Amino acid sequence: MKITKFAEPIILGLLLSLATPGCKHHEPPITHFDDKKGSLSGPGPGGTIGEGPGVSALSDEAIASGLKAGPGHPGWNKDRETFQADTVHFAYDSSVIRAEDKSKVAAVADYLKGNPGAAVEIEGHCDERGTDEYNRALGERRALALREEVARLGIDPNRVDTISYGRDRRVDMGSTEAAHRKNRRGEFVLLTPPK
Amino acid sequence: MKRIFLFNLISAALVATSALAQEELTPIVKSFEPGNEKPILVSVSGINGEALQVLQFDLYVQGFAFTNAEAAQYLITGGGSGNFQGRVTDRLNQHSLVSKAYSGSSLRRQVHAFTDDFVEALQRKKIAQTKIAFKGEAHPNSEIYIADFDGHGAQAVTQDSSLVAAPCWVPGRLALYYTSYKLNHADIFYHDLSTRARSAFARYGGSNMSPAVSPDGTKVAMILSKDGWTDLYVCNSDGSDLRRLTKSPQDESSPCWSPDGKWICFAAKEKEHRSLCKISPLGGPLQRISTGGVPSPTEPDWSPDGKWIAFTIQAGTFQICVVPSTGGEAIPLVEGEDPSWSPNSRTLAYSRRQGGQYVLALLDVPTKQTKDISRLPGGASQSQPSWAK
Repeated sequence: MKITKFAEPIILGLLLSLATPGCKHHEPPITHFDDKKGSLSGPGPGGTIGEGPGVSALSDEAIASGLKAGPGHPGWNKDRETFQADTVHFAYDSSVIRAEDKSKVAAVADYLKGNPGAAVEIEGHCDERGTDEYNRALGERRALALREEVARLGIDPNRVDTISYGRDRRVDMGSTEAAHRKNRRGEFVLLTPPK
Repeated sequence: MKRIFLFNLISAALVATSALAQEELTPIVKSFEPGNEKPILVSVSGINGEALQVLQFDLYVQGFAFTNAEAAQYLITGGGSGNFQGRVTDRLNQHSLVSKAYSGSSLRRQVHAFTDDFVEALQRKKIAQTKIAFKGEAHPNSEIYIADFDGHGAQAVTQDSSLVAAPCWVPGRLALYYTSYKLNHADIFYHDLSTRARSAFARYGGSNMSPAVSPDGTKVAMILSKDGWTDLYVCNSDGSDLRRLTKSPQDESSPCWSPDGKWICFAAKEKEHRSLCKISPLGGPLQRISTGGVPSPTEPDWSPDGKWIAFTIQAGTFQICVVPSTGGEAIPLVEGEDPSWSPNSRTLAYSRRQGGQYVLALLDVPTKQTKDISRLPGGASQSQPSWAK
């Protein structure tokens, strides 16, 4: 009888662990983005590639409307100064927020609590020691980790956008360890509504 | 009589042992040992200047090497003032593989057409008139470029003064997908290069990255973060029926398709271990593709004949590797990253780092012969090549 009492949960546990090979059981993230898909068409002037510069521009109207509509906070003002001191840094190949950086994230959350009309865009950046798309995904994971933390501190995740720049916007173009350290970062950009 | 017979026998034996990859006079396409194959020897006469340059480049990156007429397997002769004329003769049996006069367009085009005719006579897929797309940097920004496979005739197809990434051709069409930050956001665009019309294909919350079009052009795989993690998604080429294929806080990046469209291969991480994985576009379990324990495999690309996956090892330096698509021992070939297969399933385009810049190069996987391709004027960084197929 003792055996059957424990058999079921054990079997259930086994089934669960078999069903998700190689995965730890994770809480689903609380910070998915609102499902706002923007779509944008901009037919340019006609012509075939090979006969002169094949440059295509989205039409001015398309750009203007695209900059005002879509995911995140399009058209809002960007302020890089307010949170400049709150830039956090990451270990190589990691998106884990360091303990010493938690207070910075808290400072950003506090500001947002005190300024209910504001939002923030979190930029994820990498050093040059990864391939382009690997770094682009890593930069995004860094921004997402920060977004999770900001949301955990009580800020509505809809007020928090993310963008990854991979290694495209390094602050130090050198190849030293010091340069890499500076580049592996998350930056907070304050967003305020357009007047 | 006996002496001639003996001589022929010895010659045949010598040829057989000295030309490893060719057991027959017209070699059939068979599996190769990456990096270990000897090049096919050709000799060239009567061709000079730009025509010779083009010829040598085209053939070198397809696994040929140059020698004198006595040692060559194929004799290439040509010339012609005005239109290019070319001949290829098998030295041993005197058969003519190519004998043609070319016209129209430019000398480069004519010679490319000639080298195409040569490789086609050897039952290989032609590549000399194909195109690549790549990212060209105009610091601090970048634009999408297309060019001939050898880098000539490069032209920008964006002029957005913004950032771009990861161009990917639509198979069989003059159209690209790529990520652009033009709208202050990492969005995936679809860009028809004939009509020059563009539309935002994936503009979800978070970042939209790494588009990969299925070989039949009906589906697009990509990495999206709209649901809070960087995960693999797939949808139809009109954007409909978006499916999430992975749900993991761990890394997923750079998807590519198997040529039969049954698998999406990508770089993943499970239990702290980085690997190449594959998954059905219909969803289902992840399968690991063994790469023999090499560290941090990433940026995979599946050869058009289905046999190989080329990828990058990132561990301090960057190395281009290939592994059988069923998994196995990964074979490092050259220093570089971001490989893209040509239609012939032996030549790769890739980028490599050189003094703070990226340059593009081609690699013949069987012979490991590699050559840089023409650079943009001003020597700007060029990276993330995608070879049109």
